[in-house]
Parts: sequence; structure tokens; C-alpha cells
Amino acid sequence: MAMRIDAANLHYRELNERIHEVVSARETELLLDSVLGHRYIGAGLKGGLRIEINGVPGNDLAAFMDGAEIIVNSNAQDGVANTMNDGSIVIHGDAGDILGHSMRGGTIYVAGLVGYRCGIHCKAYESKLPVIVVGTTAGDYLGEYMAGGAIVVLNRDDEPGSPVGRFCGTGMHGGVIFVRGEVDDYQLGAEVAVAEVGEADWGILEAIVADYCTNFDLGPGRLSPDEFLKLYPRSSRPYGKLYAY
Amino acid sequence: MATNRLLPFKDYGGCSIVGVMDQSGRLFGGDAVIRAIANMHERSNGLGGGFAAYGIYPARADQYAMHLMFDTAAAKAETEALLHERCFVHHAEEIPTRHHPNITGEPLVHRYFINIEPDADRPFMDEDDLVVELHMHINAAVQDAFVFSAGKNMGCFKGVGYPEDLGAYFRLDEYEAYTWIAHGRFPTNTTGWWGGAHPFSILDWAIVHNGEISSYGINKRYLRNFGYERTLQTDTEVIAYLFDLLIRKHELPLEVACRAMAPPFWADIERMGEDEAAQARAIRAVYGGALLNGPFAVVVGSTGRMIGFSDRTKLRPQVCARGGERLYIASEEAAIRTICPDPDIVWHPDAGEPVVGELNVGVRAR
Repeated sequence: MAMRIDAANLHYRELNERIHEVVSARETELLLDSVLGHRYIGAGLKGGLRIEINGVPGNDLAAFMDGAEIIVNSNAQDGVANTMNDGSIVIHGDAGDILGHSMRGGTIYVAGLVGYRCGIHCKAYESKLPVIVVGTTAGDYLGEYMAGGAIVVLNRDDEPGSPVGRFCGTGMHGGVIFVRGEVDDYQLGAEVAVAEVGEADWGILEAIVADYCTNFDLGPGRLSPDEFLKLYPRSSRPYGKLYAY
Repeated sequence: MATNRLLPFKDYGGCSIVGVMDQSGRLFGGDAVIRAIANMHERSNGLGGGFAAYGIYPARADQYAMHLMFDTAAAKAETEALLHERCFVHHAEEIPTRHHPNITGEPLVHRYFINIEPDADRPFMDEDDLVVELHMHINAAVQDAFVFSAGKNMGCFKGVGYPEDLGAYFRLDEYEAYTWIAHGRFPTNTTGWWGGAHPFSILDWAIVHNGEISSYGINKRYLRNFGYERTLQTDTEVIAYLFDLLIRKHELPLEVACRAMAPPFWADIERMGEDEAAQARAIRAVYGGALLNGPFAVVVGSTGRMIGFSDRTKLRPQVCARGGERLYIASEEAAIRTICPDPDIVWHPDAGEPVVGELNVGVRAR
């Protein structure tokens, strides 16, 4: 039976202290009720605990998280998974700006849209491969200065126009962004190349989408590679000439 | 003069803003907006908070409600002599306050309900212009006196402290308004002092702001050409004066005024249709001095209208919601849900696109 904490009258510091007590007791399931803007939930937590959140969690949810699992049953605010190292986050609503900022590993699945500057400067190293899947649309500066990992924008509502904003992938020098839908050249940073999704890419993308669907109890999709565009860096060192001296 | 109270413990924050408007014109108490801004306590650091309320003085709706702060009794005497010389003062009183343990170093805060007779020698100056002139004169020339606000049927209440404490101090639960805007301050460039707290106001415009205006120097020189003097040591002041200049004086439609302050990038103008591009170029050419650069999210109040507005690259947060007849704008969604747990719709407006709430057709602002 899951532990339960009512956050209604708790300051965020008290709530996080209570969460740490739950971790110390080696509990594996935690349900948080009446969360309303409480910051830093799950910050730095290692694996072994699954936290389900009812209500809107505050900024910097899962910052520096290192293995725990978080489920948000509503919208999330700004700064989700700031510099997250490992673990998984499933958001059943929308998320705000700078989701996955400098993320280094783990997965974030969002049912709805994300705001501006998501996945900026996320990076990969050996087995660490951060994955962000956006259900509907993403704001400007998606994957800006991206250095590694994968971002997928599913455009689930088939919005007219492009599901991503402007300055997409500006300064990108690693990783990959898959977009289901149109992307015009003017939306892309100068460092971004566009390609169709090849067989090897499709293998990766299909596995990511299948896991996303499992997490949201969606049936197997009928997606095909030709619905997607692949955005990738033209160079792994776009500013080499600028800063090398 | 300036209260520079450094607190022993600080959380990292960023200002908080909230606006709530009942578009049916129904009045509601200040306790709701206080709870909303208190939810974002961590975004401010106790060095400033404030509120603007619209519809609070219906019995004196044709008079300008001048809220004034004085650091000395001499400043009060000098200002009152000036008011009696230039205005008809219908009523004057101390703004009621309630002792609060966290609010210290408070100045005298009084309100004066005034009208100004037309000046026969200057027929081009209407009463609004004369009130602006008086407002600027007090701020610039009267030592230790500052105008919080001077609009009709509205007023600003602000100071040094956390916003929820100032709301209690100014007894805002006893006022009823159709629009409330609120601010929690985390000052980064200037000291926290009573006059430097938000909202900044001129006539019935009141602005709360999260961010900073990098173009402040250009904007202030531009505004000086039109007689606006900045005396409150804070960049936000220029936004209030720009709204007054562009909308009241130059009579620009709101959308055009917002385009002047947060214009599309040249690259975006290139992709517009011919007419729209021509208009966008003309606005940038004529109103270059009004362009606000740097990160900002603001809520702007005025009679019968509330506007949410952010910089064109969305460097500060802004969330909107509707619940029944009410429009909500805030830095964080949780603040809105504190007072409206189940809104009809929640959305994140696009960068640079104003969100506008107006009183329903047929509803009079006063």
C-alpha cells in the first residue's frame, strides 16, 4: 500500500523533508495529494521510489533527479527535470517552459504541450541518453544548444501548421529531434540539418513511441516513418572556429 | 529615505505577478488576490509588494484618487499646500492600515480625492494632462513625497515587505474591486523602498512587472520628450508611461501599442503579407524609442481592462486561465488554482501576444 502525504498545509520544504523520510524508510510507492506549487519535488532522488502527484507541482520538479519515477496527473509548471540525471517522469497534462534543461539521462513523457526552451542543452554520454517526448506541440527554442539525446514531438492533435516554434535547434551540435509534421526552414537554427527518417532511425523512434504509448495506456499507434522529419546537427562543433585560438 | 532592509535569509526567486478581472464587473474582495500572490511567496524576497484595485471608490468615481506616500511630516505639509493651490480637494484621509509585525519603517500614506479646473492659458491641456503634470511635479520636486497612484475609482497600495503581509497591512480584504493586480518583488538592480515597489501607476494605468528592461535608457530619453520624468529608480516605471503615451495620448489601438513595445523580429516581418509588413515596419520606425528590450512579463490594469503581456522571446513566465466570468493571469499556474481550483481553460500565451480582458458589453466601469 502506497504511503500518502497531504501537501495542503505544508510548505515546500516541509513536504520535501517528508518525502526524504519516506525514502529513508525504503518505501517504494508514494502518493502526494493537494500539491499546489510546491517546488523541487523529487529533486536529487535516486531510484527505488515512485511518486504520484495529484495537483500542480511547483517549479524545478525532479531537478537533478537520479533514478526516481514521477507521475503527474495534471499540468506541470516551469523547469521540470532541470539537469536530471536518471529516472522517468510522466505528465498527464501540459508542461511549462525549460522542461529538460541540461538533462543528462532518463525519460520525460508529456501528454500535452510544452512551453518555450524545452530540452535546451540536453546531452548524452555513453549509456546516458535523455529522451523527451512531447504529446502535442512545443514552443520556440526547442533543443537549443542540444548536445545529445532525443526529443520527439508527436503532434497528437494534428494541429494545422508546424508543431514546433522558431529557433528550433539553434546551436545544436549533438542528439536528434524527431518532429511529426511540417517544419519550415525559417523555424530552424543555422546549425540544423533536415532529413527523412531512415530505417535505423525508425527503429529508435518506434521503440520510444511504443514506450510512450504504454505509459499513457494508448493502443499501438499506426505511425509511419514518413510522417516524421529528423532534425540533426550539421556539425558536432559549430563554434570551433569562433572560440578556438 | 530609501528603506534598504536586507533580510538574513533569501531564497532564490524572481518576481511574482497576478491579475484577476471579473469581466461581468462584479466586485470582489482583496483576499483572493492576496492568497494567489502568497502561493508564489518564494518568488519574492520581502523587499517589495503591492496591489492595484479597480472599482474601489464608486462614490467618488469622477474624482482622481491620489494615493501619496510621505517620508516626513514636512513633505506632507508641502504637498498638501500644493494640492490646495492647484486642485479642488473633495476629501482627504489617511489610508487605513492594520499593524503587522513584518511591516516596519512605514511612511505616511494618505489619499486625496481631487479635481483640477481647466487652465485658461493652456487650453490644450485637459484634466488628465493636468493630473499627470501634478503627479510628475510632486515626484520630481517635492522632497520625500511620492505618488503611488492618481486615477479615478482605482488605487495602488504598496511598500516594503512580502505582498501578503502588505495586503493585510493595507486591509485590502475590506475593499471590493472588479480587477485586482498584485506583485511580489525580488529587486535585482535597485534598492527595495516603498516608492519603488510595484505597481507603478499613472492616471488609471497600473503595471506589475517580472523582469528587467534593458532598453531603459532609450525609453526614458524617449519619454522625456513628452514630459514624463522618472523618479522612482525602477525600470518598470517606463512601461506605465509608455502605455499612457501610446494609448491615451497617441490613441493607438491596444494591439498596435503592444506591437510598438514588443515588435516582431525583422525576419518575421519579411515573411508577412505586404500590408501587415508595411504596418509593422512603420511601427518600428516611428516608435523605436518605445521598444522594450529584455525579459519581461507584465500585467497592466486600467479602467475596464486588464492586459497580460510578455517579451517577444518569452524570457519570463506567464500563464492565463478563465473560470466563469473571471480572467486570471499569473507567473505560475498554481497561483491561479489557489483561488480558482478548476478553471474552464488554462493556457500559455505566445511571447509578445497581449492577452486582453475587458468588461462585458454593456457593463460600465463605474
